[in-house]
Amino acid sequence: MNQITPISFKSRKAKDKTMFFLVCLFSSLAMVPLFFIIWDVISKGYKNFNLRLFTEVTPSSMDALMATMNGDPIPGGILNGITGSLLIVGLAILFSIPLGLFIGIYLSDNRGKKFARIVSYLTDLLQGMPSIVIGIIAYAWVVKPLGGYSALAGSVALSIMMLPMIVRSTEETMKMLPNAYKEAGLALGASYTNVVFKILLPSGFGGIFTGILLAISRVMGETAPLMLTALGASVVNWKVMEPTSAIPLLIWDFYNDPNLVDLIWSSSLLLLIVIFLLNWIAKIVARKWKV
Amino acid sequence: MKDKIFRSLLFAAALFILLLSAAIVYALVSRSGETFQAYGFWGFVTNAEWDPRSATEEYGAFSFIMGTLYTAFFSLLLCVPFSLAVALFNGEYFKGKKISGVVRSVVDLLAGIPSIVYGLWGFYTVRPLLIELGVSAQGFSIFLSALVLAIMIIPYASSLSGEFLSMIPNNLKEGAYSLGATRLEVVQHISLPAAASGIVASYILALGRALGETMAVTMLIGNTNRIPGGLRDTGNTMASVIANQFGEADGLKLSALIAIGLLLFIITALINLIAKLVMKKLSHA
Repeated sequence: MNQITPISFKSRKAKDKTMFFLVCLFSSLAMVPLFFIIWDVISKGYKNFNLRLFTEVTPSSMDALMATMNGDPIPGGILNGITGSLLIVGLAILFSIPLGLFIGIYLSDNRGKKFARIVSYLTDLLQGMPSIVIGIIAYAWVVKPLGGYSALAGSVALSIMMLPMIVRSTEETMKMLPNAYKEAGLALGASYTNVVFKILLPSGFGGIFTGILLAISRVMGETAPLMLTALGASVVNWKVMEPTSAIPLLIWDFYNDPNLVDLIWSSSLLLLIVIFLLNWIAKIVARKWKV
Repeated sequence: MKDKIFRSLLFAAALFILLLSAAIVYALVSRSGETFQAYGFWGFVTNAEWDPRSATEEYGAFSFIMGTLYTAFFSLLLCVPFSLAVALFNGEYFKGKKISGVVRSVVDLLAGIPSIVYGLWGFYTVRPLLIELGVSAQGFSIFLSALVLAIMIIPYASSLSGEFLSMIPNNLKEGAYSLGATRLEVVQHISLPAAASGIVASYILALGRALGETMAVTMLIGNTNRIPGGLRDTGNTMASVIANQFGEADGLKLSALIAIGLLLFIITALINLIAKLVMKKLSHA
């Protein structure tokens, strides 16, 4: 026990009030940047946020320069980035969901076993891995052996990022399901496979789907790993073995090209809308299909 | 029979994580071998010279390691008052109240904003402010990147520590209240000490995030290959030098960059391990 020195009640009360005030103050200050950032992106981005953004590919630096010199808006959009993001993230989803679900189910079913503990630890390790390092990995595994930058390499990088998130959310959801679900199914003579696919996965749908949506929203804005893998392209590309652009990659290009700077904010606005929409849907799903 | 196949499929999936991790380590080690052969592990880590010109080619990671430590620890320092306040707000003062749900959602959104958008905001909005305040002539600095990094890691530091604070059993606190303690005294003498290891663990994890953050830092730190002398100085972090120079690299330089990636991987793995150990101590206490 600490040494208790007599302090007047008044000063104790005052200190208490001050602390309460500080907690409220600093909490609100912590939220301020979010509004500043959103305000920044909206106020600077809405001008170029038009149909063109979705229907035209990125203009060349020269064309953009000519247009700005004539006082016209930049002729072009980010169609190549939108399709690229769809392709790269879509492939990453295909890679990571089945694996993530299976590993999550395995971990929740084998809790306490040594092997499961090791796998669980490694999952945490993967989750904490910097995205740029994951970019290097995909470069070493896909870009180097196949001899070129590609959408596939980008998807491999993003799927390594998504995997631990999906494993964790699946595992957590499965843990929350009452054991009776599984036992009742098995008691009725259902096979383990059927119990998993007909009972556990459907009843855990909300939690698992929320986790997947959040994982998608996380990798949607990833730039660093794509710089090392997908590289970017100025045309719409659907071939997995070709260099491909993505919205965050285009933002990086625009940032480095003074002539295209006007497109930065509309692209960022689109990116933020997509990410916040995914977060919002995730929240609704989580509420609606609560385990 | 079907079950057997399915079970082994699940096991194979779990085994995949093991293989994946092994393959990651192998890829990093084998691709950086050239560098470690040329300089040795400690020679590479302690050498501050980074000179890609072919005549005097020489690579060392020390200035980037220092740059990374500077930015990461300073951003952690900056983020503490805010994330601690948010954690106390959600886990103690307004625990379970509607307003705490709102604050949590808003802070979570901070985690959703992509690194590159933080970088843009830092570059176009915060940097001019720093120039005006006379922090540095160009604005690019350790200080600027740490400031933006601090905002980025607030959600990571606050959500976990808030959870630990809210898990403290009520009867502990009620005991103190019944003795006439004020809320501050309860926080000071009961809540914070009881949740200490959890809070420390969440700050360690936030530090891990800060160490590996790439895009925002790359856009704000100024990208100079030297040991930063102070907060107003420009520099480079391990992640930012990879992002900046990977594209045009080959040969020894490429392997040196991958070696930096390996170091970064080792550091973040250690950080994760430490956080785990601290939390384990908590669950035993």
